[in-house]
Amino acid sequence: MNLQRIRTVIAKEWAEVFKNKLVLFTVGFLPLVFTALPLGILYATRGDPEQMASEMSDLPAQFMALCGDISASECMQVFILNQFLLLFMMMPLIIPISIAAYSIVGEKTTHSLEPLLATPISTVELLTAKSLAAAIPAVLATWLGFAIFVVGAPLVSTGPSVLRYILGPMWLLAVFGLGPLMAIMAVNFAIMVSSRVTDPRVAEQMAAVIIVPLLAIMFAQIGGLLVLNLTFMLIAAVVLLVADAALIVVGARLFQRETILTKWK
Amino acid sequence: MIHAEQLSKTFGDGPNAITAVDRLSLDVAEGEVFGFLGPNGAGKTTTVRMLTTLIGPSGGRATVNGLTLGRDDAAIRQSVGVLTETPGLYDRLSAERNLTIYARLYDVADVPGQVRKYLQMLGLWERRQDEAGSFSKGMRQKLALARALLHEPRVLFLDEPTSALDPEAAKLVRDFIEELRGAGRTIFMCTHNLDEADRLCDRIGIFKTRLIMVDSPANIRQQLYGRRVVVHLAQAAEGLAAEARALPFVKEVQAVDNKLVVTLDDPEANDPALVRRLVEAGAAIQFVGELRHSLEDVYLRLIEAQG
Ligand SMILES: Nc1ncnc2c1ncn2[C@@H]1O[C@H](COP(=O)(O)OP(=O)(O)OP(=O)(O)O)[C@@H](O)[C@H]1O
Ligand SMILES: [Mg+2]
Repeated sequence: MNLQRIRTVIAKEWAEVFKNKLVLFTVGFLPLVFTALPLGILYATRGDPEQMASEMSDLPAQFMALCGDISASECMQVFILNQFLLLFMMMPLIIPISIAAYSIVGEKTTHSLEPLLATPISTVELLTAKSLAAAIPAVLATWLGFAIFVVGAPLVSTGPSVLRYILGPMWLLAVFGLGPLMAIMAVNFAIMVSSRVTDPRVAEQMAAVIIVPLLAIMFAQIGGLLVLNLTFMLIAAVVLLVADAALIVVGARLFQRETILTKWK
Repeated sequence: MIHAEQLSKTFGDGPNAITAVDRLSLDVAEGEVFGFLGPNGAGKTTTVRMLTTLIGPSGGRATVNGLTLGRDDAAIRQSVGVLTETPGLYDRLSAERNLTIYARLYDVADVPGQVRKYLQMLGLWERRQDEAGSFSKGMRQKLALARALLHEPRVLFLDEPTSALDPEAAKLVRDFIEELRGAGRTIFMCTHNLDEADRLCDRIGIFKTRLIMVDSPANIRQQLYGRRVVVHLAQAAEGLAAEARALPFVKEVQAVDNKLVVTLDDPEANDPALVRRLVEAGAAIQFVGELRHSLEDVYLRLIEAQG
């Protein structure tokens, strides 16, 4: 692995892909919305504890158990936040898809992959560089959004346990552990999809099916079928780790000089 | 510098298999400019891609710059420069940035120095800050050429360097290739432009899936047609054709109006005797010259013979 070559390609990817307004929009705007939304909802549900207590009875039973001895209104907010944790997990899935789709399809349409492949760079270095170029901005944007959320949440929430909950092991594992794992998965998936199509928007749309499982989890939680907790996150982390390893193996096989030149049309 | 032995490439398998290159054996010497001529779909690009390690051969062996294909691939890529069929620039980045990226990928020691050198050499220095996407075709081709040279490769592969350029831009690129040749680089050049091959190349290979013939342009012409001398007369040529035909070294004579076209092997040795014989027979000779077959004639005849 030659780090200078990897750095060079990453810098090139960023210089090029961030000139694209659509990509810039996804990377910049999405985290903003996904961070502002939960803060806004927290603010709106700050309401008086009495009323909250009455609404508590609507919460799924499993969730009540999770709340333990925190106040009813805090528990309500924690429940709402659990939905929004999924937004933070969605960012590292959506952002890299957009970057990778434009990067790969763009190189295909301008035929710039061939001279690139004619340099001494190895295909592993190239794949690594392309993956990192898409994953790093996604992870950083997610973390930045989370940081803003952590700073903003105490200002708009009902009590201190809300912040304690956000900074608890489940959230931290989700944002700092699962986030990067999901970004890697999204990138590899997007590269595979992009290698088969000639329009970056089509690639984005096709690769977007990757968020379906996340949506399923979201609706399952709203419907009271499951509750996000630490155990769930740990299992998810292991599943993602295995899925990532598999995708990287398949991706590296697809990412051969000859395959790229002759089969990526 | 380039040595290929029975190099082959077949795409796909079973009944749909396409053999693009069939047992190509070839040697290109150091410092030589070699022209690779063939019609569309002949397998020229496929050959270049194999020799530059972009695709693997289905059979045969090759070495480039003493390095073995399939074993020293990264080293081969480091030691050759490639101008691909389409320039493939990063359109949103400046010309300078385009070159800087490649200089780094090739591990060039003095990146800004080399980038500057080639931007200046190709007359792009003033436009270095402009996006490559805003360049004309000729400028794009020159930028791609500069990109292939940044790491001072010993061997240069050029895939149709002047096709798609207008005559003026093509001439600029051609002049530049001439300059490179002076600098002692080995150049392997695919082209459709026979005139260009004739002028630039030391040897040419005529290729259509298989290598049909390799030699210097002059030798190929002679091998196929012999050489021809045209004699312009002050009178009708008809009556003198028999005189010329009677000479032992003359292969063929055609009389057209007041011109005699005589085919023979060695004009330098035979022309004096030919002229003497014609003058003795009463010919009033105005000019004597050599009639050259264009490489195009040769090429078309060879390709046609291939079917
Ligand atoms: N990836 C591929 N898959 C299948 N067939 C291919 C592939 N690449 C090239 N071929 C076939 O191999 C043959 C040679 O193609 P190649 O591009 O090498 O020709 P060429 O001499 O460069 O032609 P041109 O002058 O048009 O550039 C053609 O019949 C082409 O269809
Ligand atoms: Mg070609």
